[in-house]
Amino acid sequence: MIEIENVRKSFGQLEVLKGIDLTVKKGEVVTIIGGSGSGKSTLLTCINGLEPIDSGRILVDGTEVHAKSTDVNKLRQKIGIVFQQWNAFPHLTVLENVTLAPRKVLGMSKEKAEEIGVKQLTHVGLGDKLTTYPSRLSGGQQQRMAIARALAMSPSYMLFDEVTSALDPQLVGEVLDTLKMLAEEGMTMICVTHEMAFARDVSNRVAFFHKGVMAEIGPPEQIFGAAQNEETRKFLSSVRQ
Amino acid sequence: MFNYTFQWNQALKYLPRMLEGALVTMEIALISMVIGIALAVLLTAFRLSGNRILKAIAQTWVEVARNTPALFQIYMAHFGIASFGIHLSPFISLLIGITFNNAGYLAENFRGALKAIPDTQTRAGRSLGMSAVQSFRSIILPQMLRISFLPMTNQMVWAILMTSLGVTVGMNTDLYGVTQDLNALTFRTFELFAIAAVIFYLITKAITIGARLIAARLFRY
Amino acid sequence: MFDTALTSTDLIFLAKGAGMTLLVTAISVVIGTILGIIFGVIRYQIGPIWAAPLTFVLDICRSIPLLIQLVLLNAFFGMVVGLRWPGLTVACIVLSLYTSAYCAEIVRGGIEAVPATTRRAARSLGMTWGQDMRQIVLPLATRVALPSWIGLALGVMKDSALVYVVQVTELLKSTQILITRLQEPLFLLLICGAFYFIISYPLARFGGYLEKRWSND
Repeated sequence: MIEIENVRKSFGQLEVLKGIDLTVKKGEVVTIIGGSGSGKSTLLTCINGLEPIDSGRILVDGTEVHAKSTDVNKLRQKIGIVFQQWNAFPHLTVLENVTLAPRKVLGMSKEKAEEIGVKQLTHVGLGDKLTTYPSRLSGGQQQRMAIARALAMSPSYMLFDEVTSALDPQLVGEVLDTLKMLAEEGMTMICVTHEMAFARDVSNRVAFFHKGVMAEIGPPEQIFGAAQNEETRKFLSSVRQ
Repeated sequence: MFNYTFQWNQALKYLPRMLEGALVTMEIALISMVIGIALAVLLTAFRLSGNRILKAIAQTWVEVARNTPALFQIYMAHFGIASFGIHLSPFISLLIGITFNNAGYLAENFRGALKAIPDTQTRAGRSLGMSAVQSFRSIILPQMLRISFLPMTNQMVWAILMTSLGVTVGMNTDLYGVTQDLNALTFRTFELFAIAAVIFYLITKAITIGARLIAARLFRY
Repeated sequence: MFDTALTSTDLIFLAKGAGMTLLVTAISVVIGTILGIIFGVIRYQIGPIWAAPLTFVLDICRSIPLLIQLVLLNAFFGMVVGLRWPGLTVACIVLSLYTSAYCAEIVRGGIEAVPATTRRAARSLGMTWGQDMRQIVLPLATRVALPSWIGLALGVMKDSALVYVVQVTELLKSTQILITRLQEPLFLLLICGAFYFIISYPLARFGGYLEKRWSND
């Protein structure tokens, strides 16, 4: 379970998170929508401790992420994250990209790591690209590789930060299909996204962020059918145009 | 004018000795490169560290190496160190001088290479649970060495050329030193140094071509 | 360390050495740059195959130790041709060629950095080859080449320390002569090193600054 309690975060003068409360239960898929600068991406990087927070706290399975005593490297093994920019390691093959962390962090043997790597890559549809270098892959393939790379650590949670925003339109579908597949398999996920149809299809709950505040949260039928917040309705009608 | 008779045979019979000298030259260049690369990585780490003393040491090293003649650096390694009562053999002095130079130039290259690697690479490593050191070693360092490969090759060529300066501190077993000694013996200056030049040329070409082959094998991405 | 036997006469001797270093450097950089520009433009203009002999000669200058180039040419003029030229002349000839070899590379890199589309645009406006070179290529290529050229000039100054081998007493040789006489190596070497550093460091930083500034826009 991920528990976010009254989290505040500023970059200089700009307060990007103004007291966020959100609990995500095991097996749940929560998508976060909202305009740019609404703080949704920052929240994700705070959850796995890549960004410090100013106040409040975040608990992952009861462990406080930003507590001094917490081993963040250990904690991050539980939380996979995939970014808008896939950040492939250019000097490693697709398979090596995926096996690097299991070997270095979990101390797995090469054979064991490769077994897992092949399984995850096949899972995201890259089983035939194992020895290719990332520069030979399309953006969509690189992004799916990044997903496999995160999955190879067998995380309990997956965070997706606008993973389709940097992709050419014709490549968005293959990545979203991968996310849908994961959701159907019961992975606990938080997805920041601009893809409204995707949010409606896969989410248990959809949260709408506006200017650092979670303006509304509810099942997709509520958000997309009968939003209660004025800002939510404004936002949705603006993206539908 | 032009009544000089070339006597190549007389010079060529010393070829085996000169080739032995060439081996010493390559040995010095290679050792100075290996130690130089290790020191350059260390200096780069010093320069990135928050520690002001370490930063200052690294900065001074790099700037002195880059802004004074290599010959000066070799003099310092020989006569300079000797004034502290430590008398080093020409071989060691030359090695120290060239290594100092290599490390300084390479450290500057490494810093440039690091700038070319986006921060998000480290971030991606950290997000997979890797520590800062693990991310640096497995993700940043290999990319840094790739970007710096061509400058490293150039520096290796430089190291070969710099060995010729050892003669000024009494070195006489390297290619230049051997040639100089033979010259004092036979006075066939032009022939001997022309042969030495050809050997130097072949060594540097071999390094450049070898490096290209290694790069093609090593960096397939 | 500052308790030294160094006299004012010795200091003048060192200053003369420094003057010689600067003289050799200045002559070689000027001639070498002019030659380098000519070689660079020729290489670019006639293509790699026709330029192969030139490329080969310039490559030799960059692939064998400067010390050997000096000794060889000195021996060639002195022993083979039978010309008793002063060391300074030989030193300047060798260093100029050496400079031109590196300069030609820099020039070629500079010209190649000018986008072909920009040049085509110039020619399509009716500019001649010469106008295109002067008005378009020169200003743009200079931006790319100048920082490297500053580095080259400083490199030539540092490498000029080797002309002692043709009996030119430049700064480092003067220092060495004094070391032999006064037996104060560290002190004298520090003076000598400081001289090189004071000239080289600010210019090197300036080159770095230009490179950074010009690469941003």
